[in-house]
Amino acid sequence: MSKDIRIKKGLDINLVGAAEQSKVKAIKSNTYAINPDDFHGITPKIIAKVGTEVKAGAPLFYSKSNDQILFNSPVSGEVVEIVRGAKRKILSFKVLADKEQQYKDFGAKNVASMSGDEIKSHLLSSGCWPFVKQRPYDVLANPDVAPKAIFVSGHNSAPLAANLDYVLAGKEKEIQAAVTAFSKLTAGKVHLSVADKSSPLANITDAEVHMVKGPHPVGNVSTQIAKVDPINKGEIVWVVAAQDLVIIGELLLTGKYNASRTIAVAGSSVKSPKYYETKIGAEVSTFIYDAGVKGDNVRMINGNVLTGNTVAPDGHLASTTDTFTVIPEGDDYEFFGWNKPVFNKISYSRALTFSWLFPKKKYDLDTNTNGEHRAFVVTGNYEEVFPLDIYPMQLLKAFSYNDLDEMEQLGAYEVAPEDFALTEFVCVSKQNHQELVRKGLDVMYKEIG
Amino acid sequence: MSLKDKLHNLKEQYKGKKMAPAFNAIHTFLYLPNETTHSGSHVRGADDLKRTMNMVIMAMVPCLIWGMFNAGYQHYSAIAGGTPEFVSFFDHLRYFFTLDNLLIGAMKVLPLVIVSYLVGLGIEFLFAVIKKHEVEEGYLVTGMLVPLIVPVDTPLWMLTIAVAFGVVIGKEVFGGTGMNILNPALTIRAFLFFAYPTWMSGDKVWVHDAVNRSGADAISGETMLGMLAQKKELAYGIDEAFFGFIPGSVGETSTLLIILGAAILIFTKIASWRIILSGIVGASVMGLIFNGVIAQGWITEGSKFYALMNLPFWQHLVIGGFAFGITFMATDPVSGAQTTKGKWWYGFLIGFFAVMIRVFNPAYPEGIMLAILLMNVFAPSIDHYVVQGNVNKRLKRLKVKTA
Repeated sequence: MSKDIRIKKGLDINLVGAAEQSKVKAIKSNTYAINPDDFHGITPKIIAKVGTEVKAGAPLFYSKSNDQILFNSPVSGEVVEIVRGAKRKILSFKVLADKEQQYKDFGAKNVASMSGDEIKSHLLSSGCWPFVKQRPYDVLANPDVAPKAIFVSGHNSAPLAANLDYVLAGKEKEIQAAVTAFSKLTAGKVHLSVADKSSPLANITDAEVHMVKGPHPVGNVSTQIAKVDPINKGEIVWVVAAQDLVIIGELLLTGKYNASRTIAVAGSSVKSPKYYETKIGAEVSTFIYDAGVKGDNVRMINGNVLTGNTVAPDGHLASTTDTFTVIPEGDDYEFFGWNKPVFNKISYSRALTFSWLFPKKKYDLDTNTNGEHRAFVVTGNYEEVFPLDIYPMQLLKAFSYNDLDEMEQLGAYEVAPEDFALTEFVCVSKQNHQELVRKGLDVMYKEIG
Repeated sequence: MSLKDKLHNLKEQYKGKKMAPAFNAIHTFLYLPNETTHSGSHVRGADDLKRTMNMVIMAMVPCLIWGMFNAGYQHYSAIAGGTPEFVSFFDHLRYFFTLDNLLIGAMKVLPLVIVSYLVGLGIEFLFAVIKKHEVEEGYLVTGMLVPLIVPVDTPLWMLTIAVAFGVVIGKEVFGGTGMNILNPALTIRAFLFFAYPTWMSGDKVWVHDAVNRSGADAISGETMLGMLAQKKELAYGIDEAFFGFIPGSVGETSTLLIILGAAILIFTKIASWRIILSGIVGASVMGLIFNGVIAQGWITEGSKFYALMNLPFWQHLVIGGFAFGITFMATDPVSGAQTTKGKWWYGFLIGFFAVMIRVFNPAYPEGIMLAILLMNVFAPSIDHYVVQGNVNKRLKRLKVKTA
């Protein structure tokens, strides 16, 4: 039966510059780029060499560890550049888009009559597999191991993140097709979570719909998994982002891989924050200057302020995000910033910081760390913003000294780096929790698998 | 060029050099650094360790000021042959807040503060430079605690040795701030007590100049706990003790101001209210047990434990260093229990043992110091069992699943 997911622990970070609910079509991008680094842990092997003409949906590269997993091109065009970094590591595949888009035809399918294996091979061959991630370890799902359940979060609780109810409106048909398809890939259930009964996800069948309520990180899948069906050692859960269901659904219904995506362009440095319709891998400049940027000293983030990645203004939209945020850089000194009363920043404590007085106020935060890196000193504050039944500091310490047994016992299978974004935010010692967790999970993945 | 730019250029010059940590420590004291986030969350909360530590110091300042006046007040009262009669708190303040009192305080207490900070921070800077890490803020609080928990007549050379010992052995050998097992301030206090016992536990050091006077000029400087332990008549009422018109370590006398400090720390979410509350409960439970023992008549007036056991349980919270210890030192997050459940046990046992040690150790009746140090040692064990509970829950979940 469906279950209400309620949490009390957590923190809503109210920021200036939420995207207005109005949608604009972004101008067409010249080039599109797919960065293998957006899919954590994979090593790309080239399929489409420089100069190859590809159709939208045709593969660009595959994963070294599993050659079934293809990564496809969002548009049709010519592969113009494969950018390499240190040690010839592949950073990005750039495709120069054709004026007239051509789609590779994967064939319209009747999902209801397909078997699980058929669906799986269809998703693999059409390059849609990279949309499926797995827990534990928060990496691409291994298609050979069936999960015990599949989770989709229909609620973005992160600061300034895209409102999924708005973005997904009118896409019920595609989502339904994708959910039906996924329900055949697991012996368990597909779990959807919505914050609102009017959500486009609320009436989807072949899945269990849960209502979520509470502060961030209630929208994080780990929070929902923990409440509905916690991961034990040896169990695997797949996670799919709600927006990606639309792309997968359209592929199943029409046979075309349409990489279109509605993203929220938000942040205090954006002049008119709103939603843009664009495609995966589009140039950042195709929408960000239309929305307008305040000042030069800004940070552009693929994703939300808690978990996103910094991107250069001439970079590209990441494959995995539905939000694009621009906030001011904070690379300036602040006179007596450590002891004077603070009104313009968010704080979890009340140590001459006054954000507790104004719970509704929206803040304009920059990227300053507000202090230097220190050893763990303060205790008890992480627990207040961490809803999982896990001891966050003890687990972080286990991650930092790579004690595999301890990580396992303390619940490392149940977490993803994003779950530690809030503990990182409130951390008085300014430790980089998400990095610690990512590195620790990588070690576990390598050693335990 | 503004000060900000000048310092920025200096910082760039010092980058990678040996003295960089020392320079940065001073620089970051003036300016919040220009550090930006490089991984993970792009925005961060407003608090850093400096702000946190600063709040603790601010919470202690009232106790320090009170302690300065009290140094003079006790000195002159002792010379005059007794304290003025206590009528009411506000009435009594006119004897208390006088310039003469303050001068004695400034002469005796300020040097303690200065020496504590100079020696301690000096060692911190030295280790930061040698080990090439930033100077951590831990000593800011320790340096303030130390003068507040020593007797007013502690010689400065003793304090110097004790601070050096406490910082090096109590903290730096474990890896510095955040790694120590024992509370550094209490390590310093314990060192003083065990290295110079005759000096530290006598009845003279608590009042300025009591040590030097003998014969006809002699003055007594006994604390209330000392009087109780030696079964003397109490010279002070419990109300005087609550407001702080009694001899004792510099900062521990005024329970009223300690409550104020505790309120600040709890309100700002810096100290754990769980530790403070459970500490009070623990002390009360132990106090009640002793009161019960007396009521049963198992211990008679002849016993050397009688006076302290007979003390009504709530008075244990007021006299001596209990309130100060449970507020400012038991709540040290590094040496205390770190889990929520663990904090309840940790605080409770500190209170429990503090009163027990007080009663059974008449040679040195202040139990809170040893109780906290004892529980510091056991805090990791407490946490271990609490965390193990969580681990077992997870294992059980797995078993149910596979069964």
